[in-house]
Amino acid sequence: MFSDFSRDERIFSFIILGGLVVAGLAMAIAGRGDLLSTHGWLIFGLSLLAFFAAVRQFDRPEPSAERLSEYYDAPTRAGLVLTLIWGVIGMGVGFWVAALLAWPDLTFDVAWLSFGRLRPVHTSGVIFGFGGNALIATSFHVLQRTTRARLPDAISPWFVLLGYNLFCIVAASGYLMGLTQSKEYAEPEWYADIWLVVVWVVYFAIYMRTLARRKEPHIYVANWYYMAFILVVAILHIVNNLAVPVSFGSAKSYSLFAGVQDAMTQWWYGHNAVAFFLTAGFLGMMYYYLPKRANRPIFSYRMSIISFWGITFMYMWAGSHHLHYTALPHWVQTLGMAFSVVLLVPSWASAGNALLTLNGAWHKVRDDAVLRFMALAAIFYGITTFEGSFMAIRAVNSLSHYTDWTIGHVHAGALGWVAMITFGSLYSLVPSMFKRERIYSNKLVEMHFWLALAGTVIYVFAMWNSGVIQGLMWRTYDEAGTLSYSFLESLDAMHPYYIIRAFGGLLFLLGAITALFNVVMTIRMPAMEATPDRGRDLPAEPALQAGE
Amino acid sequence: MPFDHDTVVGFSKSFGLIYLVVLSLICLAWTYWPSNKKGFDEAARVPVLDEEDRPWR
Repeated sequence: MFSDFSRDERIFSFIILGGLVVAGLAMAIAGRGDLLSTHGWLIFGLSLLAFFAAVRQFDRPEPSAERLSEYYDAPTRAGLVLTLIWGVIGMGVGFWVAALLAWPDLTFDVAWLSFGRLRPVHTSGVIFGFGGNALIATSFHVLQRTTRARLPDAISPWFVLLGYNLFCIVAASGYLMGLTQSKEYAEPEWYADIWLVVVWVVYFAIYMRTLARRKEPHIYVANWYYMAFILVVAILHIVNNLAVPVSFGSAKSYSLFAGVQDAMTQWWYGHNAVAFFLTAGFLGMMYYYLPKRANRPIFSYRMSIISFWGITFMYMWAGSHHLHYTALPHWVQTLGMAFSVVLLVPSWASAGNALLTLNGAWHKVRDDAVLRFMALAAIFYGITTFEGSFMAIRAVNSLSHYTDWTIGHVHAGALGWVAMITFGSLYSLVPSMFKRERIYSNKLVEMHFWLALAGTVIYVFAMWNSGVIQGLMWRTYDEAGTLSYSFLESLDAMHPYYIIRAFGGLLFLLGAITALFNVVMTIRMPAMEATPDRGRDLPAEPALQAGE
Repeated sequence: MPFDHDTVVGFSKSFGLIYLVVLSLICLAWTYWPSNKKGFDEAARVPVLDEEDRPWR
């Protein structure tokens, strides 16, 4: 990594890391006696280590000018590995909290092992750690290939990737210590939020600067989705996290919003995190890697544009369907419901577009597990968006809300769509990124596919069953007009499904571990030999590879 | 006029409605404008083009 930096960039990286060392120390001192100081010391320690590592490499020879005629893929390579590491952590914790729900005694009376603290480690670990790193890594790759331009400089992509992972570490460690602002998917406290804004602005700037240098006049649709993801997540993150810290020496802050406004802002954020983090970004991934892998242009480019604008216009208004039957004004609930139903159109346009692209190439889907991951992702995307529109209808929501049905829906999306498209893109990307001829083992990819599919189906069916039973038990009345079942009875009815769900999650986790193993073994394979007739995928000079 | 709930509702139901409908119409017209088709067809080929794997000059 450091050998790719020019002299100016090396000095600039000292300034950034030095600034972080000082900021960490300031947090540690100002926050003494508060959990803020723990995070201060963590940031201080990590950035000091990075600072020394950078200083030791300062005298390395400067990169040659030839690098500018290559794409800059080192951050993508690191991002791909980080994606899988976070995937295993996030899914591992997910399996553990699923087991906790079935066997609550597993907390062993340790505070940080309790469900409340581990659950956000799971959600943030998979959404931000796994999903976020995958989005950053693939977006750098897609951006360069579709604009035919190299990233504008070497330092800012590393700043985004590593800065983002610092945010993830601060977030996850904070949850374990009990730090949370108790907003779903926005749990990190004010200082982590401010840091993420800085990282995110640099991320958006990379996109803008590369687009400004593009050699391809048309901006390919995948970039639109990635840009919508970056821009909207910035807006959502800033607005939902507007808060006043108790003091600069305290980790605790109070939200600017209160009561129903707080709920509305939170679910405007929460649903659009699903829309723009877990959908738009991954659609960008799909619109590039699926045609690339199938070697067929997207079925209808026009349809991809319509679905893009449909999704960006309509998703913004759908969040209030999370607040049916609450103090939120009725018309706002109806607005969210109506937009959620109409959203089915652009969602199915995307899912259909992907499947119609594969139409005529089903033999490739049969033979190639990587393409099958992507095809399955498109199918699950179609299923989940249909289910989501349906569940947003007030009458359906009265049965599904607060039950495991919601959990089943989320995981049909997260496992079936987000993770499948990620694994598919990742497998198709890893060999060329690491200059290897092929993936280490196609059999392991095949095994991963079936583990992932079985895990998802088991998980989702368990939660559908459990959720509907739960919802029905909560609304069954006897002749006297009193509830037929106590809450505890509904809990007993859940127990077998929780065990099945944990098993499904375990299968999915095993698949992710298989992927990590397969990718690590691919990286350890000997590099592809330089053959002049191999036009694409030029092997890099050894000096360029030294960074990993 | 006080800035209250009714103001926000009125704004959403007038300006918000027009904004969404007009933008949708612009988007649809642009996408399906016959002379734009060629550009879109070329753009669709971007991921599958077998160009060498390095930036263009």
